[in-house]
Amino acid sequence: MTDVERNRVVTTVALERLDPRSRAAARGWSDLTIRNMFIIPTIVFLIVFNIFPLLYSLGYSFTDFRASVSAPANFVGLDNYQRLLSDPNIWRNFTVTAKYVIVSVGGQMIVGFGVALLLNRSFPFKGFVTTLLLLPMMMSMAVVGLFWKLLYDPSWGIINYALGLGRFDWLSNPDMALYAVAITDIWMWSPFVMLLSLAGLSAVPKHLYEAAAIDRASNWYTFTHITLPLVSPLLLIALIFRTMEAFKSFDLPFIMSGQPTTEVVAIRLYKMAFQEWQTGLSCALAYIMLIVVIAITNIYVKYLNRVKER
Amino acid sequence: MRIKLTGMLAGIGLALSSGTSVFAQELTIFWAEWDPANYLQELVNEYTAETGVTVRVETTPWADFQTKAFAEFNAHGDAYDMVVGDSQWLGAGSEGGHYVDLTEFFEEHKIAETFVPATVSAYAEYPKASGKYWAVPTEGDANGWAYRKDWFEDPEEMAAFKEKYGYDLDVPKDYQQLRDIAEFFHRPDEGRYGIALYTDNSYDGLIMGVEQTIFTYGGELGDYESFKVQDITNSPENVEALEMYRELYQFTPPNWGKVFFLENNQAITEGLAAMSMNYFAFFPALANPATNPNADATGYFVNPPGPTGAQHAALGGQGLSIVSYSQNQEEAFKFLEWFIQEDVQKKWAELGGYTCHAAVLESEEFRNATPFNEAFYQSMQIVKDFWAVPEYAELLTQMNNRVYPYVVGGDGTAKDALDGLAADWEETFTRYGRLN
Repeated sequence: MTDVERNRVVTTVALERLDPRSRAAARGWSDLTIRNMFIIPTIVFLIVFNIFPLLYSLGYSFTDFRASVSAPANFVGLDNYQRLLSDPNIWRNFTVTAKYVIVSVGGQMIVGFGVALLLNRSFPFKGFVTTLLLLPMMMSMAVVGLFWKLLYDPSWGIINYALGLGRFDWLSNPDMALYAVAITDIWMWSPFVMLLSLAGLSAVPKHLYEAAAIDRASNWYTFTHITLPLVSPLLLIALIFRTMEAFKSFDLPFIMSGQPTTEVVAIRLYKMAFQEWQTGLSCALAYIMLIVVIAITNIYVKYLNRVKER
Repeated sequence: MRIKLTGMLAGIGLALSSGTSVFAQELTIFWAEWDPANYLQELVNEYTAETGVTVRVETTPWADFQTKAFAEFNAHGDAYDMVVGDSQWLGAGSEGGHYVDLTEFFEEHKIAETFVPATVSAYAEYPKASGKYWAVPTEGDANGWAYRKDWFEDPEEMAAFKEKYGYDLDVPKDYQQLRDIAEFFHRPDEGRYGIALYTDNSYDGLIMGVEQTIFTYGGELGDYESFKVQDITNSPENVEALEMYRELYQFTPPNWGKVFFLENNQAITEGLAAMSMNYFAFFPALANPATNPNADATGYFVNPPGPTGAQHAALGGQGLSIVSYSQNQEEAFKFLEWFIQEDVQKKWAELGGYTCHAAVLESEEFRNATPFNEAFYQSMQIVKDFWAVPEYAELLTQMNNRVYPYVVGGDGTAKDALDGLAADWEETFTRYGRLN
């Protein structure tokens, strides 16, 4: 065997070793088998840990089941849903949640996009500054909540000191507590909006700005007719994510304040399910939450598609 | 030789197959993560030394205690052989089938006679006055008060107080004096405040403070036997008590809108407040100079009487129950037999546990052992508790929802809050078929 032939044989063997199809073929595995080997565990995992509990809890939502009592679940039809929807306390929780979502997500969109506009230019240490600004969203919610509780402290908190507010009570004040928690959420999650906005801003073609400059378009005109329309799909994605997250918020309001004015639906759900053990009722509330989140997301997605089509 | 070997193997096989019943050499007690659980672990080490049975006290943070315990009960899990459960759990534990009935055990060992009657009723009996028992009173506890003796005994303060209120500054003899003293020491400009109260509405913190005031004003939360609440929960006495609690809240340190035992101890250790409400179980930290720089200047007193002379303290503490799903119930009963002995209870008290054993509790040795034991002993004679029905957590939530906005936020009136609460509770008891 010549050197060339020997090399060819070695290469062929090596390729066969590397090519999974060849190995699989050697063992009798078809492409379909290999595909199933990857997909089936994922599907099984999804069914066992997501779909099954989801359907099971849907069943419970029509019963009077209490997990703390060894009594069987009795079918009660739509009683749980009727009870929840006619409970003024639940409506108060939804109102608080809506207010929290609007203030918190609205703030994040304004601050995040504003910071992204400031960062969308060249300056020394830009990378370092961007990384620093991203730090809040990398922290644990519990740590952030406890940390901001200290910052808000009326006696020694730095916020009152910096703003010259004396002993202003943020978290024990029913009128201010929700805004105080929302400010913390804005601080934590504005970087997320900033990150997506930066991605959108960097994708705007430079020649559009050059053309606008040649046409002597004002900064405001350039912003409203070039920047905003081109970044809006990514802004909408940020809005969808943040709205969904804010609607499910639990950690910050739970840790920072005990005010009824900060009792969002997720906190009420937690208490109902794990303190009061009203399992059936809490499943119904969870489904109401799910339906609301899906409805809001659908509205956003439709709007997003419309924006993309423009 | 062959027969011998076969016999040995058969013996080992039999032992292994019979599992825990033969080798029940380990018991697990579940409790919250706090000092008394450590004391209990020390105590049960002696049981291990005596019997060879290992007893492990497994703990979890307070915030997680109820959820974790009931999650295990609901799953009929045998991870815990015994649980030192809250007094409010009795209804859910017994009606849910999670606790083993200890009535016969109580009768056989005359526990109702050897332990303080109030603790037997609070920690063991369900339904109340039924004579059915589900737990051995283990860690007695009540809500008391710590105060700054040095502030109270300062001659200048004493003179100023006498001039302003017309009587001597001393440990409050009633709620009016408690209020006056709180007002007197409330000096935000000096960083000093009058009083530290429970205000945490996540679970039972605020409720314990409020119910103690209600009981002391001669009120009741409701009729614990008939479940009648109208005109009881919202009685004039209760309204007056709630108004007093709201008034006292005005003299707390800033940002005191969601605090519980930890912050109330800090009010003393950091020199913030003149008086602080807390459970006796947390007072060892105040008497310890390593954790309280003002330890030597800290005194303790029983919750003072109300305007009619009624005097009560909110019950804390827990009882030890055998979990129905335990594989080691026989061994658990043996442990309880050991635990209720007077000398063991004495040792429990020496370690720092708050015994409910009448003879030990009444002994001079116990009452003089710490600066707060006398107040604890007196408090245990006047304890009263929240509802212990299985739906107690719903009742807690409803009370928090009604009372918290008034006490902390100043929303509405005490009458409105309690009228609303009576309506909520009436609806709940009707829904659970307790009230027709």
